[in-house]
Amino acid sequence: MELDPILLSRIQFAFVVSFHAIFPVFTVGLASYIAVLEGLAFKTGNQSWVRLSSFWTKVFAVVFGMGVVSGIVMSFQFGTNWSNFSQATANFLGPMLSYEVITAFFLEAAFLGVLLFGRNKVPPGVHLFAAIMVATGTFISTFWILSANSWMHTPAGTELRDGVFYVTSWSEAIFNPSFPYRFAHMVLASFLTGGFVVAGVSAWYLLKGREVEANRKALSMCLWLLLIVAPTQVVVGDFHGLNTLEHQPMKVAAMEGHWETGTNVPLLLFAIPDQENQTNHFEIGIPSLASLVLTHDKNGEILGLNEVPVEEQPPVAIVFWSFRVMVALGLLMILFALTGLFLRRGDKFWRTKWFLQGLRVMSITPFIAVLAGWFVTEIGRSPWLVYGMLDYSAAITPSLTGGMALFTLIGYVVVYSMVFSAGVYYLMRVLFEGLEADYEEPESQTERPKRPLSATHTKFEIGKTNGQPASQGGH
Amino acid sequence: MEMIDLALVWAFIIGFGIIMYVTMDGFDLGVGILFPFAPSEQDRDTMMNSVAPVWDGNETWLVLGGAGLLAAFPLVYSILLPALYIGVFLMLAGLIFRGIAFEFRFKARTSRYLWNWAFAGGSTVAAFAQGVVVGSYIQGYETANRVYVGGALDWLTPFTVMTGLGLIAGYALLGSTWLIMKTEGRLQEWAYKISLPLLAAVLVVFGIIGVWTPFVDDMVRNRWFDNLSIIWVLPVLTLLFAFQIFRSVRNRLEGMPFVATIGLFITTYLGLIVSRWPYVIPPNYTLWDAASAYNSQLFLLIGLLVVIPFVLVYTAWTYWVFRGKVRAGEGYH
Ligand code: HDD
Ligand code: HEM
Ligand code: HEM
Repeated sequence: MELDPILLSRIQFAFVVSFHAIFPVFTVGLASYIAVLEGLAFKTGNQSWVRLSSFWTKVFAVVFGMGVVSGIVMSFQFGTNWSNFSQATANFLGPMLSYEVITAFFLEAAFLGVLLFGRNKVPPGVHLFAAIMVATGTFISTFWILSANSWMHTPAGTELRDGVFYVTSWSEAIFNPSFPYRFAHMVLASFLTGGFVVAGVSAWYLLKGREVEANRKALSMCLWLLLIVAPTQVVVGDFHGLNTLEHQPMKVAAMEGHWETGTNVPLLLFAIPDQENQTNHFEIGIPSLASLVLTHDKNGEILGLNEVPVEEQPPVAIVFWSFRVMVALGLLMILFALTGLFLRRGDKFWRTKWFLQGLRVMSITPFIAVLAGWFVTEIGRSPWLVYGMLDYSAAITPSLTGGMALFTLIGYVVVYSMVFSAGVYYLMRVLFEGLEADYEEPESQTERPKRPLSATHTKFEIGKTNGQPASQGGH
Repeated sequence: MEMIDLALVWAFIIGFGIIMYVTMDGFDLGVGILFPFAPSEQDRDTMMNSVAPVWDGNETWLVLGGAGLLAAFPLVYSILLPALYIGVFLMLAGLIFRGIAFEFRFKARTSRYLWNWAFAGGSTVAAFAQGVVVGSYIQGYETANRVYVGGALDWLTPFTVMTGLGLIAGYALLGSTWLIMKTEGRLQEWAYKISLPLLAAVLVVFGIIGVWTPFVDDMVRNRWFDNLSIIWVLPVLTLLFAFQIFRSVRNRLEGMPFVATIGLFITTYLGLIVSRWPYVIPPNYTLWDAASAYNSQLFLLIGLLVVIPFVLVYTAWTYWVFRGKVRAGEGYH
């Protein structure tokens, strides 16, 4: 069997970036939450806020650490597997990624240490400042990386000469047409992730009757946040989609499972796309609704996949279903936020068992929605890397053989599974111990800043915790 | 409009970044390499604690190196990484295991020995891979039309294995002299004891590499032997630094061995650069061939000039905060 280096590199890129992405998307949201908690603690002096903040800072430290190691891999992926792409786009992408390092990574590194270990060492105001700077750093990071990614979807401010992109306008390139939508959508996605994880964990503690006072406060806060953010995400997502329709009509056609250009296009709720025969099976749809949503006119014409040759169509089924998964989860999130509002009458939201159980399960949905969203975006772009200008075969490393690509793909899968199962396992331990665990600062000189995971004192193995109420963990 | 030779400016910046990375991550990788040989488990704790607060910042320089190369010399980025494909993977895997071991070892009890191995193994593999990069650079790369056209394992030759071992020895020496400076008692005693054999190993390996290099490549030979030039100052300085290490270890000085080792690294590094200057992808491309567009280099340079001073101040501040000796039993629980 002939190994295809392009396919293997795509799988490898998708694997490492998806893995990386789940950590930042959580840390971006959580960093802001911690900054808010620190602010509340600073203003009110209430111990509940301090305890919540200490606890979530521990979780943050673990997730952040995993984001760092997986991120280091990302910065070399472009060169190893997509070297022609690197050469062609370096004039723009190089400065973007470098700016991310010098403006975001160093900033985060600088203030993380103070945030993690400095509570008793610096004045409260400085500690709060550190929390705000870490949160700011994560947004700056998101800004640069999404600008780079958006440019690949909607290239602007550059011209292509002899196979190399040259920047003609930095502002047009950085603020390219899809960037504002993608940035807004991603930031909201991070808030949803942070919000649902905190809500889910608090709900679980409440079910166990642990630290009721603090966890009720946390849950209440989250529900307010989600009530605003979840509906906003749908609106932003709609605008995002309209923008995509303008710039990448074939992606939208794949999202809608829409094969032939036409008017009065139905919105499909269910279908099994069949790329070979260029049609769908078992369609269930609402007549004319897609036309209405996308063109704001029932009779609006929408381009179908038949506009381009079959080789230039993205893989329809994955895009179609990923999109439905994301949207369905988005709607489910709104449902939960509204239920929370409804249950506030009679102060029931923190005592209703089924609701708390539901929130527990919901805490993984943002991760699924985020990955599904990226699958829509990235796979829907196929076969282009820089939309309409540079495709996979022009981007791949010429000297790369299928065997080499397979070797590293297997390598990354093995390394990541080992390292990250240890990480996730350890995170579970932190959660089991909960807010009750000792949150004293290490007093020594030696174990301090810039060791993200060391903010936590939890022992690695189950049952080895020093004197903490591990039995309450219920494992 | 193109008044300043920005490519040259960037060559200095990247060169500076690399030496920052090599010396800073060098000593903490070196501590990892020495890890299995430490006298006791308690000493291992101390060793790890001595680098724990700074290693993460040290590695950020590597990320900056990757992104900076892409921005300023995309040709280097897009030829070096494919040419060293398997080696880069090994280095990254090593760095991942090592980074994670830092975090989990202190929390582990029964599984601690596994994290010890992850830390030592990861550090050694990463150091070896970096040494191989140096060797492959002296060797040169097979290129055509601005892309790499060689095979997957061209980088692996007896010569690069030698440079890989050389860097392991060099990092280990940086690690042991760092420990002399940062520790006391039995551990410091041990560090004193191993420093001289390590120095001998470094000199032997560097010596072999030095004699071998001119045979690997004509250009390098001509540069050094055509007419006896000023660049011979560098190997002389290297030897002086080596002597300084020897003397200061014998006299039980605490800070000097480390400083002199850094000196030895810098002069060796400069020697390497002058051997190939101005080629960045030997034998075909100079730094001017490899440069990105003028306005891209300028755009990033402006930001860099504003931000990097802060980064340097911060880095210095961290080392200031963690000045002084690391004691046994401190800082873990
Ligand atoms: C939504 C935000 C987001 C997205 C889409 C990405 N990242 Fe990221 N990245 C972050 C947000 C982030 C972060 C939150 O800022 C992290 C997590 C931990 C950290 O240090 O910063 C991070 C870490 C991180 C690091 C480690 C930095 C360090 O050593 O401190 C690197 C090298 C990258 N990223 C590079 C990438 C690349 C090449 C990406 C795209 C392919 C990418 N990231 C996607
Ligand atoms: C962080 C979240 C991200 C996720 C989860 C993600 C996911 C994916 C997936 C699934 C693919 C595979 C598409 C296919 O094979 O058809 C892909 C491709 C790609 N993405 Fe992303 N992406 C993310 C961010 C980015 C960013 C920020 C960039 C650019 C700076 C980027 C650049 C690329 C490139 C170059 C490819 C082409 C390689 C390939 O097709 O596999 N991605 N991504
Ligand atoms: C129901 C409402 C939603 C709609 C209508 C919607 C719409 C969209 C569209 C059209 C895209 C593709 C953009 C492109 O063409 O590149 C997209 C991408 C994405 N979506 Fe959503 N979305 C919704 C909910 C969500 C939710 C709840 C999340 C996560 C919590 C989410 C996370 C993402 C992410 C991470 C991407 C990829 C990055 C990007 O292109 O912005 N979306 N969304």
